[in-house]
Amino acid sequence: MADLNKLHDAILYGDQKTAVAITEEALAEKIDPQKLIHEAMIPAMNEAGKKFECEEFFVPELLLAARAMKGALKLIQPLLAASGAEPIGTVVIGTVKGDLHDIGKNLVASMLEGAGFRVVDLGADVPADRFIEAVEKEKPNLVCMSALLTVTMPAMKTTIEALNQAGVRGKVKVMVGGAPVTPEYAAEIGADGYADNASTAVAKARELIAA
Amino acid sequence: MPKPILTDGAWGTQLQARGLPPGELPDLWNLTRPELVEEVPRAYVEAGSEIVLTNTFRANRIVVHAKHPEIDVRAVNRAGVEISKRAAAGRAKVFASIGPSGKLLMMGEVTEEELEAAFREQAEALAEAGADALVIETMSDLAEAKIALAAAKATGLFTVACMVYDSGKNKDRTMMGVTPEQAAAELAEAGADAIGANCGNGIAGYVPVCERLRAATDLPVWIKANAGLPEIRGGEAVYSTTPEEFASHVPRLVEAGASYIGGCCGTSPDYIRAVREVLDRL
Repeated sequence: MADLNKLHDAILYGDQKTAVAITEEALAEKIDPQKLIHEAMIPAMNEAGKKFECEEFFVPELLLAARAMKGALKLIQPLLAASGAEPIGTVVIGTVKGDLHDIGKNLVASMLEGAGFRVVDLGADVPADRFIEAVEKEKPNLVCMSALLTVTMPAMKTTIEALNQAGVRGKVKVMVGGAPVTPEYAAEIGADGYADNASTAVAKARELIAA
Repeated sequence: MPKPILTDGAWGTQLQARGLPPGELPDLWNLTRPELVEEVPRAYVEAGSEIVLTNTFRANRIVVHAKHPEIDVRAVNRAGVEISKRAAAGRAKVFASIGPSGKLLMMGEVTEEELEAAFREQAEALAEAGADALVIETMSDLAEAKIALAAAKATGLFTVACMVYDSGKNKDRTMMGVTPEQAAAELAEAGADAIGANCGNGIAGYVPVCERLRAATDLPVWIKANAGLPEIRGGEAVYSTTPEEFASHVPRLVEAGASYIGGCCGTSPDYIRAVREVLDRL
């Protein structure tokens, strides 16, 4: 019988191969996919996040865990879709205009996918109108913006203003992050949330879409 | 203990003050606005820098070609060295800057072969144009730093290899979790002529990092710290450490064993002038 503890550990320690193998085994045994997600996979990602916060894990370990999670989720998603289950939310994410840095943004996107969100990644150097377009088309619950440079950070403010002007700001929550960004700046520009790393970004995203 | 050598300060903010639009690759100005770029190293030499870097931090093809596939990356690098050499006019050495690709090797965003080719092309162009040495800066990932280091060493030039310690509660890890001890051991093993730390941390925060690098290696240690960490004032990010505050930490950095001292984000010729005064009094 498929061992859910092993699935948990395979995800936590970034062993994608084992995570996928146990998931296949479990699905063949007709174990409820929701049980796999809620009893093994999400707890594993939560624990990875905790290890990150207490500096037992760093970015590489977090990325490996997210990758293992994604591998296992890929097998489960078609079953969830067939049973009519919805993803826990949709996120549109991008690095703002003028800024080509995407490592932080990619990491947050991976962690959100690992947590069960549908993630629409707009890439880097994303102008405000592409965020607006994506909000109209993808109907996300949450828009996430990243900036690494002090000089591109103000593009977060202009993007939020553009969402306002386009009349779509009220349809989404906005979360921001990146090296120079602070919670005070996030509040000042009218974002709904701020996260200082990829692990807290997941917790904050869950909190924002529940609100 | 020999007196540390004074390097230079930030470049990006200096170019923005001269009209570089936010988000534009500063390196491209080597071809389009060389006279403005030249003002930066000249100001640093005049402030007392004995080493100036080059406007080539992001001039690898992975970064440049992402947005400007038509640009000749070698030409950008050669021009960068020529500009700094003109500005230095023999008064300072030119250490040419090599920065990260901005892609994560372990996630397959870029391959080792792509990194090797990009860094080789950049290092060769910098060497051809007459750089006195090469500086690999702001690296988070040791694997990428070592690929850049191998490319730099293949030119035969003296090479400094620096990581950015901006993570963890004590800011003594790189984003990828690398400690000063790990970096010192692996970069020395891979042939670095000096090792160091730059960006991501204020000068006070880099004193303990410098001590740990010093304890972990016999190689000279290179430190380029930020003017504190950015604070938001009136919707803009500002670095709050003044030139005098910055310079006041220099004796501790010297004691901690730094052989090369300079500034990174938020610093300017005023900071270098203030450090010059402190070093001259030591």
